[in-house]
Amino acid sequence: MKLNDEERDMLAGKAGPLPQRALRHQIKVGDFFGAADFVPVTQAHVMADTESLGEAGVQWLEGLAAATSGQRRVRIATITDPRGTDFAKAHVLGHTQAILDLERRAIAALEKLGVAMTNTCINYQTIQAPTRNEHAAFGDTGVVIYANSVCGARSNFEGGPSALSAGITGRTPRYGFHLADQRRGTLRIQVDHTPTALNGWGALGGVIGRIAGNYWAVPVIEGIEGAPRSDQLKHFGAAMASFGSIALFHLVGLTPEAERLADVAAGNLPLHRVTRADLEALQKAYHTDNHVDVVVFSAPQLSLYELGELAALCDGMRFSVPLLAVTSPQVKSDADRMGYTARIEAAGGSVLSGMCFYQSYAREISEAQGWKRLATNSAKLVNILAGYGYRPMLASMEVCVEAAISGRLERI
Amino acid sequence: MSARIFKARHAMGPTVRGIALVASDGFSARYDLDRIKGIFSRPSHKLAGQSYVGKILVLDTAKGGVATAWMLHDMKARGIVPLALVLNSVNPILAQGAALGDVAMLAGFDEDITAAVASGAEVEVDPSQGLLRVTE
Repeated sequence: MKLNDEERDMLAGKAGPLPQRALRHQIKVGDFFGAADFVPVTQAHVMADTESLGEAGVQWLEGLAAATSGQRRVRIATITDPRGTDFAKAHVLGHTQAILDLERRAIAALEKLGVAMTNTCINYQTIQAPTRNEHAAFGDTGVVIYANSVCGARSNFEGGPSALSAGITGRTPRYGFHLADQRRGTLRIQVDHTPTALNGWGALGGVIGRIAGNYWAVPVIEGIEGAPRSDQLKHFGAAMASFGSIALFHLVGLTPEAERLADVAAGNLPLHRVTRADLEALQKAYHTDNHVDVVVFSAPQLSLYELGELAALCDGMRFSVPLLAVTSPQVKSDADRMGYTARIEAAGGSVLSGMCFYQSYAREISEAQGWKRLATNSAKLVNILAGYGYRPMLASMEVCVEAAISGRLERI
Repeated sequence: MSARIFKARHAMGPTVRGIALVASDGFSARYDLDRIKGIFSRPSHKLAGQSYVGKILVLDTAKGGVATAWMLHDMKARGIVPLALVLNSVNPILAQGAALGDVAMLAGFDEDITAAVASGAEVEVDPSQGLLRVTE
């Protein structure tokens, strides 16, 4: 990679061991993908839940935080993805003291590095959405695909070590979706059915993700009726990223880079048609049981609007199985203030914050609480949890609430 | 003994030799693995139930989320990591994870590498040359 004077000084250790170590890591990745140089970034978003880090990852963070000379903190706005627990509700999840201790060590190291503990995967709804052509280093695939596609920003999937490195150096290797050519469509999708419920939008994203199939694919989607809401595109993008490792899509006439098809796509791209039957087939494939052990709303964290809808469904109800609703710390305080939390918890549910179910020791939760059959309206969550030993089922928020009341999931 | 050689467009990490475990399927440490038992745990994965520990995984592409960027590092520290990853294509997360964990990786071939290599074959991953050598 071509380095400028500042980068050469960093690599030589003139800014201290922290940026030197971060830049070395970034050069390894940049060289792997043939990046020509670095591009300055304005924000970094670090996925660093301790289930992923493990003891080794926490020690790695602590090693960075132990630097005693030169630059010892991040140099751009750097925030965090969800944590591995909600300390206030750890008992609901069966989290052990060892889990909580490891989380506290990770938090201490990140704070020492100057990272703001936002603990959210919906920063584009709650912290600060990026602007068109803004280069960023976002972790969490749902954040990246929303930022790239809906906001027109420029980010690759940046895993925790790379996002933190970008926060420390203020730059990232210029490859992938930082480059205009990589942002052009590679396949066309004609959608025959526009969903309304969030699980339907997730199912649509999942179907398109499976068709597109790999990180470098950019689906150009036509046929969406009306203007989708932020929460709908949140579930749509998060599922597409989860099922297909997709980081960018274009909705013709809706998203900022695709006012017209010709803006992002050549005329000869392969065309795929997606029907209502495709969405129903995806959802039915997960409906493997009529009983549920737990209902979870998470992945991505719920917006204030989603929690408001959930609170309305909970009024006057009494749950027979646990219902968990997971949101960001910012939204949680608003939900408390507006009475949503109290209404959901009056029915027997729990509102958790600062975590996300699959990032919070899902396997250990299952073993501790005996939860296997899980109902959710998140297509992303059902895609992830099978590997953790769950039998996840996808249904609308309304049907999931019914399941929490009766313990049965009769429809989707 | 003859060897077939495949050239990768992307490479990093140390040179290693071992036994290939091959499937036309994807890879995500979070989605697909039980990282306690060291096996593929996702029921729909073509390698479900098989141990990945010490194997040279030959798979199609990277799947899913960002966690693999941390997990390879932790798996290596606990001695339950694949010896190398060989894929038709990767996403940044796998590359970032291999960089942090110092795990050998090759990606980007002129043919479907999952069809070209048989499970159980002895292979050498040589990132310095960007080569996969398969011993017949």
